[in-house]
Amino acid sequence: MIDYIIRRLLAIIPVLIAISIISFIVIQLPPGDYMTAVKGQMQSLGGLTEDEAEKVAQELRKIYGLDKPLVVQYLLWIKGIITKGSFGFSFQYRKDVGQVIWVRLGLTMLIALSCHFVSTAVGLLIGIYCATRQYSLGDNFATLLAFAGLSIPSFFFALVIMYTLTVGFGVEAGGLFSQYYVLAPWSWAKFVDFLKHFWVPVLIVGFAGTARNMRVMRGNLLDVLNSQYVLTARSKGLKERIVIYKHAVVNALHPIIMYQGMVLPFMIQGEIAASIVLNLPTGGPMFYDALVAQDMYLAGSFLMLLSVVLVIGNLAADILLAWVDPRIRYK
Amino acid sequence: MKLRKGPNVIEAEKGKSYLQLVWRKFKRSRTAIGGGIVIVIISILSIFAPFFSPYDYLDYQPHQSFRPPQRIHFFDHNGKFHWRLFVYNLKLEMDPETYSRIYEEDISRRFPIRLLVRGWKYNLFGISSNLHFFGVEEGGAIHLLGTDIYGRDLLGRIFLGGRVSLSIALFGAIVTVIIGSIMGAVSGYFSGLVDMVIQRAIEIIQSFPQLPLWMVLSAALPKTWSSLDVFIAMIAIFSLLNWPLLAREVRGKVLSYREQDFVMAIKEMGGSDARIIFRHLIPNCLSHIMVVLTLSIPELILMESVLSFLGLGIQPPMVSWGVLLQRAQKIETLGQHPWITLPGFFIIITVLGFNFLGDGLRDAADPYSVRRT
Repeated sequence: MIDYIIRRLLAIIPVLIAISIISFIVIQLPPGDYMTAVKGQMQSLGGLTEDEAEKVAQELRKIYGLDKPLVVQYLLWIKGIITKGSFGFSFQYRKDVGQVIWVRLGLTMLIALSCHFVSTAVGLLIGIYCATRQYSLGDNFATLLAFAGLSIPSFFFALVIMYTLTVGFGVEAGGLFSQYYVLAPWSWAKFVDFLKHFWVPVLIVGFAGTARNMRVMRGNLLDVLNSQYVLTARSKGLKERIVIYKHAVVNALHPIIMYQGMVLPFMIQGEIAASIVLNLPTGGPMFYDALVAQDMYLAGSFLMLLSVVLVIGNLAADILLAWVDPRIRYK
Repeated sequence: MKLRKGPNVIEAEKGKSYLQLVWRKFKRSRTAIGGGIVIVIISILSIFAPFFSPYDYLDYQPHQSFRPPQRIHFFDHNGKFHWRLFVYNLKLEMDPETYSRIYEEDISRRFPIRLLVRGWKYNLFGISSNLHFFGVEEGGAIHLLGTDIYGRDLLGRIFLGGRVSLSIALFGAIVTVIIGSIMGAVSGYFSGLVDMVIQRAIEIIQSFPQLPLWMVLSAALPKTWSSLDVFIAMIAIFSLLNWPLLAREVRGKVLSYREQDFVMAIKEMGGSDARIIFRHLIPNCLSHIMVVLTLSIPELILMESVLSFLGLGIQPPMVSWGVLLQRAQKIETLGQHPWITLPGFFIIITVLGFNFLGDGLRDAADPYSVRRT
């Protein structure tokens, strides 16, 4: 088992390097850089001439190291991450990227993981319910709902929920805290207020995730229920409950575990789209603004960290699977 | 022990062809047929958009900004029943308390809805005409889904947006499938170094969360590009990031075919590698590829709508369903004019249709199995 884990850990190192290179390159793709925007600003608001503004922009590029060749910039960036844990400088926030990104990435992950667990638990239960009552009214209804979950874009769902809450119930929607608590230190009241806002993104993103989990679970369990050892268990005279929960469900769980690594990106994706609409203080809106403003270190670091999270998530799913199913370890 | 045989296996032994069996199984799934019908209807509405739009969807009518959807009546305000459906004109009023603009029905005159009326001139596939599917007579106006901020008819704009949303997804899916099946087949057939390189590339692309990566790439498109350039670039981005999934599956299938006798036979007869891949291996995976094609279209529709909604995708004046939803981002606008979210329901219905169709196809593509899920 430890062998297996070490092998998997070594295998992700090249992937991580590739991820960091690609993150860095795609962020550099747009023509111009943040200083081009600064230059435009100085011309229009500061009243500098084209040449003067260009000069200032060049000076700034020198200060922030943007005039160096790409390879050197990349190596400096990586060096900063490894030696100092510094992800570069965010031009927009005028702070180190690390100071901006961790809280927001943390909130994004908190929402995504909450959705993940809620949707796995609910999806499993509904999946079991449906598979054991195939083609019943409840099964058809849940299947229909699952299709809806797959087909409703999360940003649109967020729009509809926001409209319903604001217009229908007169509750303020959006954000993770009421205005009063945004800057307040953590307290019980702030936590309650947080929960009042927190369920909205969890519902939006969790709906789609539940749908996916439910479909996978239902399909697997139906397959397993058709297999011969289930027939054997039944003919032994075991109670139906024991047949299902002790023989069938346990064996239908493997694909679900494997699926967990694949569901996480959907959750993060949904969270990003929904949080931009709801204007949550999470990674989504920050990433979007950074992209538009070409705040490259911020956008690049966020993209890279998300991918690292996914790689770790996949690794965790694989290890969990190897732990549950010994056949995988010895392959 | 004798294996259980499905009814379809028995049919196959009676000499029914693969396609016959697929069709037999497919048409038994009512949801798949329903999904197919929905897609055909929405495609027809989009392709013949000008014919189905009573008003020019590009025409600015600022004085008609944000008209709510008109109600269709059978009964007039006296409760009298009319066989022909009709609408009332909307007249602009001012709310005496809030001074906001409100539209009210002008019940002085009924405007029956007529089919095949003459209206604005358009040019469709080289035929210019002014015939429209429905409309009302001169003096009345019919905006069944309301108007947008510039007073353009939302119904027509939704049909117009459908053209872009559907075609970008269709082309994106086709290119994806072409790249994916070739990469998968090559990777599975040649193994060794080629296989390793392709597999690592797949691994790396798949280790990124899709939406953020698509956002980055779309944001990288120069602002100076025309709508058409952006349209083509988005198809390229979609297919660039989407092929790995199919490639993995095709590779798996090719690996199992590679060692089989028919491949060996072609090799012995002097068939080239290209011939084996394109004439024999890929066609053998075709049913699988078709399923992936159908199921990746809805995903691309969803992705395009998110990106365009965020302003990173299709750029005006080109219109897609996502672009139409942009105005709904502001809760102030959305709160007063909820009908501007209607394009979203077209997204949902279309995606739902494709998902149902794809699901039915997936079950039908393997007609020899007894598994029913």
